[in-house]
Amino acid sequence: MSKTFTLDGKVIPFEEGETIMEAATAAGVYIPHLCHHPEFKPHGSCKLCTVSIGGRLGAACTNRAEEGMKVESETEALNADRRSLVQMLFVEGNHVCPSCEKSGNCQLQAVGYHLGMLTPHFPHFYPARDVDASHPDMLLERNRCILCELCVRASRDVDGKNVFGIGGRGIRARLIVNAATGRLADTDFSVTDRAAEVCPTGAIIRKRYGFTVPIGKRLYDRHSIAELPPLPAKRGEGRGEG
Amino acid sequence: MSKLRVATCSIAGCFGCHMSLLDIDERLFELVKAVEFDRSPITDIKHCGPCDIGLVEGGVCNAENVHVLKEFRKNCRILVAMGSCAITGGIPAWRNNVDLWDCFQEVYHYGIGLENGQVPNDPELPLPFDKVHPINEVVRVDHFLPGCPPPADAIWRFLTDLAAGREPRLDYEMLHYD
Repeated sequence: MSKTFTLDGKVIPFEEGETIMEAATAAGVYIPHLCHHPEFKPHGSCKLCTVSIGGRLGAACTNRAEEGMKVESETEALNADRRSLVQMLFVEGNHVCPSCEKSGNCQLQAVGYHLGMLTPHFPHFYPARDVDASHPDMLLERNRCILCELCVRASRDVDGKNVFGIGGRGIRARLIVNAATGRLADTDFSVTDRAAEVCPTGAIIRKRYGFTVPIGKRLYDRHSIAELPPLPAKRGEGRGEG
Repeated sequence: MSKLRVATCSIAGCFGCHMSLLDIDERLFELVKAVEFDRSPITDIKHCGPCDIGLVEGGVCNAENVHVLKEFRKNCRILVAMGSCAITGGIPAWRNNVDLWDCFQEVYHYGIGLENGQVPNDPELPLPFDKVHPINEVVRVDHFLPGCPPPADAIWRFLTDLAAGREPRLDYEMLHYD
């Protein structure tokens, strides 16, 4: 018999070494997240997947499941914290959904919908961030970057290219690229890279493919991110990467 | 039952939210039975009296916007930020990282088809701010109704919930940031 723990009272089986997030996803239970992706090493930075593990708070994507542990996720307090985190992500960047090609397919937006966020609430920073349109096929729109490092992980661990990194600290942290000029066009980044598809927001997007799906038919228009099947581990089974 | 008094305005907005309000179609007949409009582009009344609900479209981009907003807050029991611009600054806030004078130059001097353009300098024109702000950074806001524009169904749900004294609740498909 496999080992189990409980998540909001539901019995979740797990294999030795699996994280709470992995076990929950396999059991079809959604825990809100942004920097987690099943294909990549956990990052534990967005803190949206914070759950109560036997009364202590921890990230579901980095904490291993253990026999008999009691985990709580869908509590009013945790969802209120998650909503505040998403609100802070919105005011820290320039997330102008009405003019964004990713709108309707964006995970940041979808998590906001799932958590019932009606307003970013906090004072907007309106930071000055650079756009890099130098690459022929891909656009780097730093206004929409949430520093989840999925592109960093994909480029390093799957593409073997190390195109992306985070430079600066605190509020000055920003997505940088691996070229002396600082321009995306001067890296070996390609539209076929895994890193070209993993951005949860519209920060790394393919040129000339915006607004192709009408409003009402986009990924999260009718269905909450919690109802949809989890992100595929392999490319080509696509969802959430339009 | 006496009719609810509703005021509406569009400050730094495009009137798209007002178009969406009109898009409730035949429910407009129901609406006018339950609601009387005070200051609004619909009535062309210029100043607001005491109201039950104020719907504000658009963000705050100049001094006149602040006067309008304060008038609404003073007179409206329930103030609603309607649409992306009122809630986040929206598209107009794209200019927040462009120098205001550069903006003027682009619009009045270098814009396509302009010849001998001049930046307007009439004292009657409201003073523009260097940044566009959401309305909750200027006045207290009771409810937020997101969308660009909020769907007609969302506006209808919001108004009927408020009229019935309920906390407004949007269905999943009615909640949009775009």
